[in-house]
Amino acid sequence: MLQIKNLTKIYDGGVKALDNVSFDVPDGQFLAVIGLSGSGKSTLLRCINRLIEPTDGQILWNGEDITKASPEEMRRIRRKIGMVFQHFNLVHRSKVITNVLAGRLGYINPAWSLLNRFPKADMEKALKQMERVGIADKADHRADELSGGQQQRVGIARALMQDPEMILADEPVASLDPVLAHSIMKHLEDINDKDGVTVLCSLHFLDLVHRYADRVVALNAGQLVFEGMPNEIDDKKFKEIYGRDAERVG
Amino acid sequence: MDDKNKKASPWKSLQFGLAILAGLVVYAYGFQITKVDLEDLRSERRQESLSRVMRALARPEIFEYEQQEEIINTPVYVTCPASGAPTIAEPDKSGPYLIATPACANPGETVQVEGFNFAPNTNGPLRFIPGSDPLNNVALGRDNVQTDADGHFSYEFKLPDRPSDDVQYIRATLRQNVGAPHLTQTARDTWEKIIETVFLALLATTFGTFLAIPLSFIAARNLMKPVKSPLASIALSILGWPIGIVIGFVIVRWIESLSSPFAGNILINLFAIIVIPILVSFGLRWALPQEEITKPSSRLQTARLAVLALTVMVAFFGLFQLASLSTNLGAIGTTALGTFGFLGNFLFQVGDIVSIITPALGGIAAGATLSSFMGRLGQRSTEKLSTANVKIFNLVFSTLAGATAIGLIGQLVRSLYLVNNLLYTLWGPVITGALLGFLLALFTKPKDTLPTGMVIYYVTRTFLNGLRSIEALVMAIVFVIAVGIGPFAGVMALGLHTIVSLAKLYSEQVESIMAGPLEAIQATGANRLQTIVYAVIPQIIPPYISYTMYRWDINVRMSTIIGFVGGGGIGFLLQQNINLLNYRAASAQMFAIAIVVASMDYLSSVLREKYV
Repeated sequence: MLQIKNLTKIYDGGVKALDNVSFDVPDGQFLAVIGLSGSGKSTLLRCINRLIEPTDGQILWNGEDITKASPEEMRRIRRKIGMVFQHFNLVHRSKVITNVLAGRLGYINPAWSLLNRFPKADMEKALKQMERVGIADKADHRADELSGGQQQRVGIARALMQDPEMILADEPVASLDPVLAHSIMKHLEDINDKDGVTVLCSLHFLDLVHRYADRVVALNAGQLVFEGMPNEIDDKKFKEIYGRDAERVG
Repeated sequence: MDDKNKKASPWKSLQFGLAILAGLVVYAYGFQITKVDLEDLRSERRQESLSRVMRALARPEIFEYEQQEEIINTPVYVTCPASGAPTIAEPDKSGPYLIATPACANPGETVQVEGFNFAPNTNGPLRFIPGSDPLNNVALGRDNVQTDADGHFSYEFKLPDRPSDDVQYIRATLRQNVGAPHLTQTARDTWEKIIETVFLALLATTFGTFLAIPLSFIAARNLMKPVKSPLASIALSILGWPIGIVIGFVIVRWIESLSSPFAGNILINLFAIIVIPILVSFGLRWALPQEEITKPSSRLQTARLAVLALTVMVAFFGLFQLASLSTNLGAIGTTALGTFGFLGNFLFQVGDIVSIITPALGGIAAGATLSSFMGRLGQRSTEKLSTANVKIFNLVFSTLAGATAIGLIGQLVRSLYLVNNLLYTLWGPVITGALLGFLLALFTKPKDTLPTGMVIYYVTRTFLNGLRSIEALVMAIVFVIAVGIGPFAGVMALGLHTIVSLAKLYSEQVESIMAGPLEAIQATGANRLQTIVYAVIPQIIPPYISYTMYRWDINVRMSTIIGFVGGGGIGFLLQQNINLLNYRAASAQMFAIAIVVASMDYLSSVLREKYV
């Protein structure tokens, strides 16, 4: 169970990216986070694994306050939270297999990382995860040789290497075409269904939300403006979330 | 407002005119200061010297021939003897001969000398040999005489002011190249020195690069900015450094004393360096398990720590044995290998270097370990203790850390400036430091984190910028004093300059990497070291290679002049030959430099294309 309580983030310049946001996510849920660009979706997701330090509020995960965790505790917490990014964030010049193995870094003794050594079990695990997302044949390619869809699969495999209990997906399909978008979303759905991993996924397209999400939270200018089922978003709600001038597409 | 700006107002034209006028004044003053004067260039004397030098430079002294000389004399009288025109014996016309007409004249009068039957197309000087003092000859004219295809020449000159009653001579020394050309001594010296130059640059670049890489990480803003720690942690890690360094140094010296009885025995050396790596690898594997899902018990942790410490000590023993082995083998190799004795010498020197830097290495390693351990202790205390207790903790340790840090700087000042006043070098700094630490602890909130990373960043940057502004040539002067005249001083000077300038260039590359992968690796739970290894290093490899090449290029060019101040390399020869006005030799060296620099440029561009 993930509980966000009164989460506020004010950036150095005074921009209020999150304004007193509170909601709960039960274990195993597929939660979509929607809202305009700049409404605070990315900030919210990054506050959960503290890539961004929240200014105020609490994030309780299984009863433990993430915002209070020490660097060592944070390492232990982060390795249970996989993250998938809009721009994939792969290390371009490294091999695909290395990018996937990087998901194990939170478990590995840092001294061995200096030598670029991973345990054999991790190598096997990496191959298995790559097979699962359908890129097993690309293991020895450089990451930047892959197409966008393939790169995002590497990103997912990397997150899976962490044995995650939760995956934060920050607009995972915004840089992909609709066909690829569905295939990536299906992988996330599969992970959510079969492995029981909680997924928090920010999305732009409502049809994807309807198709994949169990529940939706919506942000507007840092404030939580909607919380409910995907099919509850009618035209009125839509205008509330996206502003009066917005038109529905797709 | 916009419209007004677009219009050409008289005020704007005036401003423009004034700006041009000011520019003219600046350049006029510049001409005055730099003494721009083409009058000198037009003077015949200058042009003559210039063309002489240019001609010498155009003919680098690289090849030479064995020369055959034909030396022929013809008698001449200065002035004509009182007894009337002298009778000159008919020269032997079977070989080369000279005829001077007239055969007697007063000083300053023009005499024509003709040569016959010489070897065709040879040249050489014409000299006047005084009869009374044959060694004190006088060159006639600036140029050499040159025979034509028939071996004939004719030359007019003014007789020098050397009157004598005796017969005097005019001598033609015509030289002819024989055999195949061969390298001059200059060419051989140049070759030797240019090799020295290239290797000087290579060593300086290698050492510089190795040390610049870690420095570049702590001089990169994006890596250092997130580094923040509470005061307790900072204070304890500052205290940890000196204590750790002393402990490490003492322990490693003790290990060295254990190792030294076996230093001379090659068999023991060999045995040690075979067995110890195996032991160390077992120790490390046990003490540092690759992956751990659950937290180990504290007893296991203690045992691991002990094994780790023991392993490191054994490793240091192995390092000393390795140094001894290298020194021993080197000493044998230097004499036994003959031409390849330099390999032996290399081994010997490497062994020596290892044995010298190992205690320092041990000190630094122990310092870093203790400092990070104590830092973590501080971090943990800040988390666990109550705010009031943290405040007390901070006050005590911050005071101690301040006193220690500034006190140590005081000691440095003492050794540098030879101030022998304990008030200035010990008590003053200690009290100042303690006060500063105390005030810092007093005015910061106990659990606040301080931007440690940015402080380190600024200190490193200042240090780098300061050292970078000192030219390598100036550094070489200092190192010549430290290690003596020779290429080693040049290596040190160029190496130091390479460290500071590369560290800056590298760190700028680190600052410009993509933040995305960094974020992704952090999100997996990787710690700072892992983030650097997996997200930063892969991204900076291409620019690092490219900058290293560029630096090697610069170092080759720098090493050609570092010899001017005694830093070894070809610059020494070049400067010597310029000072001796031996322009043909200097030209050979300039050509060598040009060839090396141009080929370095080519090589580095090929390599860059291939790897970047």
